[in-house]
Amino acid sequence: MVMAGVLAGCGSDDDGGTLTAYVYGDDAVKIQEAAVKEFNKTSKVKVKLIPVPGTEYVNKLRSAMGSPSAPDIFYNWGAGSIKPYRDAGQLVDLTSAVKNDAVLKDGFLPSIVEAGSLDGKIYGVPMRGMQPVMLFYNKTLFAENKVEVPKTWEDLQKAITTFKSKGITPFALGGSDKWPELMWMEYLLDRIGGPDVFRKIQNGDRSAWGDPAVLKAAQTVRQLVDDGAFGKNFNSVDYGNGGAPTLLNKGKAAMHLMGSWEYSTQLGKAPKFAEEDLGWANFPTVAGGVGDPADVVGNPTNYWSINSRTKYKDEAIAFLKTMASKSYAQALVDNGDVPTTSNAASMLSGSPNPQFATDQYEMVQKAPSFTLSWDQALESKYATPLLTQISKLFAGKSTPEQFVAAMKAVK
Amino acid sequence: MPHVSSYTKVRGGRKAAAGNVGRPPVAWALPGIVFFALFAIVPLAIAVYLSFCHWDGLNSPTSVGTANWTRLFKDPEFRQAAWLSLLLTTISWAFQTPVALLLGVWAAGRQRSRAVLSAVFFVPLLLSTTAIAMLFHALLDPNFGVIKEIGPWFGIDPNVLGSSTGALLTVAFVGGWQFMPFHTLIYQGGTRQIPQVLYQAAEIDGAGMFRQFFHITLPQLRNTITTSSVLMIVGSLTYFDTVLIMTKGGPGTDTTVLPYLMYRTGFQTYDLGYAAAIATALVVVATALSLILVRFSGFGNMRSTREGM
Repeated sequence: MVMAGVLAGCGSDDDGGTLTAYVYGDDAVKIQEAAVKEFNKTSKVKVKLIPVPGTEYVNKLRSAMGSPSAPDIFYNWGAGSIKPYRDAGQLVDLTSAVKNDAVLKDGFLPSIVEAGSLDGKIYGVPMRGMQPVMLFYNKTLFAENKVEVPKTWEDLQKAITTFKSKGITPFALGGSDKWPELMWMEYLLDRIGGPDVFRKIQNGDRSAWGDPAVLKAAQTVRQLVDDGAFGKNFNSVDYGNGGAPTLLNKGKAAMHLMGSWEYSTQLGKAPKFAEEDLGWANFPTVAGGVGDPADVVGNPTNYWSINSRTKYKDEAIAFLKTMASKSYAQALVDNGDVPTTSNAASMLSGSPNPQFATDQYEMVQKAPSFTLSWDQALESKYATPLLTQISKLFAGKSTPEQFVAAMKAVK
Repeated sequence: MPHVSSYTKVRGGRKAAAGNVGRPPVAWALPGIVFFALFAIVPLAIAVYLSFCHWDGLNSPTSVGTANWTRLFKDPEFRQAAWLSLLLTTISWAFQTPVALLLGVWAAGRQRSRAVLSAVFFVPLLLSTTAIAMLFHALLDPNFGVIKEIGPWFGIDPNVLGSSTGALLTVAFVGGWQFMPFHTLIYQGGTRQIPQVLYQAAEIDGAGMFRQFFHITLPQLRNTITTSSVLMIVGSLTYFDTVLIMTKGGPGTDTTVLPYLMYRTGFQTYDLGYAAAIATALVVVATALSLILVRFSGFGNMRSTREGM
């Protein structure tokens, strides 16, 4: 310990030292920047925020964590996304820190904290808004064609038939990016087989891919594709470059299954559409399915985790505590996000769109289960082949049976 | 010690003075050899070493013997990727060579208009691959891109990047569009090296333009064709950025060529040992193809193209 102290003292100036923090570099970074500024006013150890461009985030974090210049604090998706780091002994176990601290213990919705945990141990503190996947739709198109917002699978099929007959693509889908296709599998499996099927897979039971519900979900996907629910060219449409969102706001597609960030995406691309024409709903029920129609999939939120090699563990935890503060939650609300703090409900009236924020909050709060996006819940060694197989299934390059077999075979 | 070094210096100097002019001692190549070793040989050796390990990038690599290699030979995805890489290379070669050759021969003329046009043709090479890929990606957007408007005139379904053949052909086309100017330049240079007397003699003998092309230009460009082809093959085999940006290996895995499979395995699945095996296999294939080409074209013997001159 003395040696460590001496070493830590080497080369540092008379200030208290620096904590580096990697964060996903998008528009929301400004909220973390403000929080860091606030924290640094009173702390001797300063936090230095490093925003990493979104597409490079996972790669850069991975290379940094394997090198001597790893960040002290880093943004992540919890669960499978941090498992390799946990297994390599690179994460600070925050369980006792959270349980023994009133601010951290009562500050966040328990289900959200749990969703980011691994084997019952807490490695992350929530730091951004909740991102459930919702069914977005174009209100004008629904009104003009006298279609009801689908609540059941029957409604959905009727809507598909009607919109197709009018030359409107029923669902926008950014198939070129692959992960938007995954959202369909996530919801279908939940509605058909309930959340436990995927929970087994997430807990390492590879044979659970053989559950009949997985096959049924994959068959349903094929049926949707064959019925033309996503149009003919979804394989060359993407989400990242705005292909799919534009289809929705230009009235070329009627619906879009997407994370709650679709709202801010639309607000940025077509503000008038976002404010007047954009509707949202829960994913419909599927006939014969055992899943609760109130279940939600998506990203519960993002988390900060602490690198076990940090020299300033206590200061890092002190910084993480500020995520539970009212002012931080307020900043999230002002940005259109729904915070996962336990006091969030009372603040949502101040949101740019209180209705959207409240609906989203209630949807998550009432959900019996919140399944983390599969590509984050699973380690990358399973998630990458999963995305490849999903893409093959949607593109008609493999059958539902082949999909199941391929997923069972991933080692 | 100082004595020894000064002695060798003197000896070296005397030796160089003793009629070895134009053939500098090995020492001159040292910087080149060091750089090549540092940036080519050492990484390659590390890749070969890693191909016998399991490594997730976080923990230390652990030896797994030949497991990655046995997996490689059984892996249907690797087989598909290897096939796609060869297909892409063949298409690229067959598409780029005739066009670049004809353009290069044409551009070798000395008229002013040709110089201007040649400069214009050269522009794609100056753009970054990323910029080009993004440009074509936007043009080929099936709902909002140019392809939606003009595709149907030529009977092309706008879903180009979403169809297996379309996506692969697009990747080959975009690569060709970018690199053809470079090969044109090589052919232009090669053509200008052909002695004018050959053409003058041919004209006296009454040979027309086509005969001159097939009996003088083409044979004289033999070595240039080999050079260009080797570069083209190695380039197409390592084709990556366009795939990453335009198709992400899709639809399904239909444009997952070897370098992309390597990237996916290494930097998305973090199975760096297996990715190293794929990379090593790629090096072997590229080297083998180049050697075969060089051998069968007679380029290796450096047979003169100026026989009788």
